[in-house]
Amino acid sequence: MSLKINKLLQKKKKNILELWMKNQLADEGLREDLISNEELRSQSEELIDALVSNLGEDNFENVDSDLWSPVIEILGGIAITRARQGFTPRETGNFVFSLKEALLEILQQETKDDAAALFAQSLRISRVMDSLSVVTFETFIKGREEVILRQTDEITEISTPVIRVWDGILALPIIGTLDSARTQVVMESLLQEIVETGSSIAILDISGVPAVDSLVAQHLIKTVSATRLMGAECIISGIRPEIAQTVVHLGIDLSTIITKASLASALAYAFKAMRLEVKKIPAGQR
Amino acid sequence: MDRIPILRMGSFLLVTIQVDLYDRLALTLEADLVQMVNKTGARGVLIDISAVSIVDSFMGRIVGNIASMSKILDAETVVVGMQPAVAITLIELGLPLKGVHTALDVEKGMALLKSMMDEDQETDQEEIEDGPVVE
Repeated sequence: MSLKINKLLQKKKKNILELWMKNQLADEGLREDLISNEELRSQSEELIDALVSNLGEDNFENVDSDLWSPVIEILGGIAITRARQGFTPRETGNFVFSLKEALLEILQQETKDDAAALFAQSLRISRVMDSLSVVTFETFIKGREEVILRQTDEITEISTPVIRVWDGILALPIIGTLDSARTQVVMESLLQEIVETGSSIAILDISGVPAVDSLVAQHLIKTVSATRLMGAECIISGIRPEIAQTVVHLGIDLSTIITKASLASALAYAFKAMRLEVKKIPAGQR
Repeated sequence: MDRIPILRMGSFLLVTIQVDLYDRLALTLEADLVQMVNKTGARGVLIDISAVSIVDSFMGRIVGNIASMSKILDAETVVVGMQPAVAITLIELGLPLKGVHTALDVEKGMALLKSMMDEDQETDQEEIEDGPVVE
């Protein structure tokens, strides 16, 4: 009668592992720089153990069943670690595909004379291993996305420092594109800093903003109005000629906002507004 | 019924809102304040909202109304101590409170009102000096 796959797995566990390891080590894309052979072996062993101990004959093809969840969990863990370590999708995929090859090879050895059984069983194995690789890829991509999201968060944090240039004067250089989420962060950190330092003038430097469209201008106007509501004055500086051109061509009204060409002139304006004076000391005096 | 006290400081009126404004309270404040401006002939109104953490469009409109009404009665309105969250909410609601002066705290608000009064007096005096000379 037909061969029981789980029995075969249990019986041939050692052989499968050896064969699988051989396949993996023979692969050209093996990343010895990212993962040591011992570690790879222990990962593989763990997966095969879970595979063998959790599977019965009747639930073999139903990957959604509860018995599969330990296997999927282990596989997901491996995929996520690999995503973080910087493996390519191909290398991660080969991890599962080489197991499939090993399984098929063992199966072939076992069912030499029964072509029909070989075909039927290899179809089942393929189906299962394919769904496992899909799971691997899904988790791998999820892991990558987490990395990207974390980096985006970090960039937003880093890129909006509020600098105290003088007692009562804050500067906020904006580098990169201004979108709604970013404006929110900029606005919040600026307003918070105004409250904490009791500053009456804030300079928003946009020389690092690559382009200003009507949406970005809208965001800028919002920030300036919010600053004004707090009781501080907001100056926009660092407006490049191209930006001045686009703003006028788009018909955006910035006349209610104090704008300066450079941070230096904004600072000069701020000094004047605060009745401060910068003086050059004549030569010979100390 | 609750009322928000209005204090008189020289030619200015000082209002500190210590509780979250609900609609009825805001309306009473509006009426009281206008009465008070009229009665005392105040030249400036200073509203401290540093303790207000929740704001809605109605409250924003009331503050705007107070400013416009005081303006008609020849008094400037300064709102001081607005919380960042409140400022962001008002902007998102599309209420930039045009016509209302703002300052960071009560001290700076007072200084702002005083400087506005000084400017007024200077212009008044200039007008008198430049006025037609009657022979």
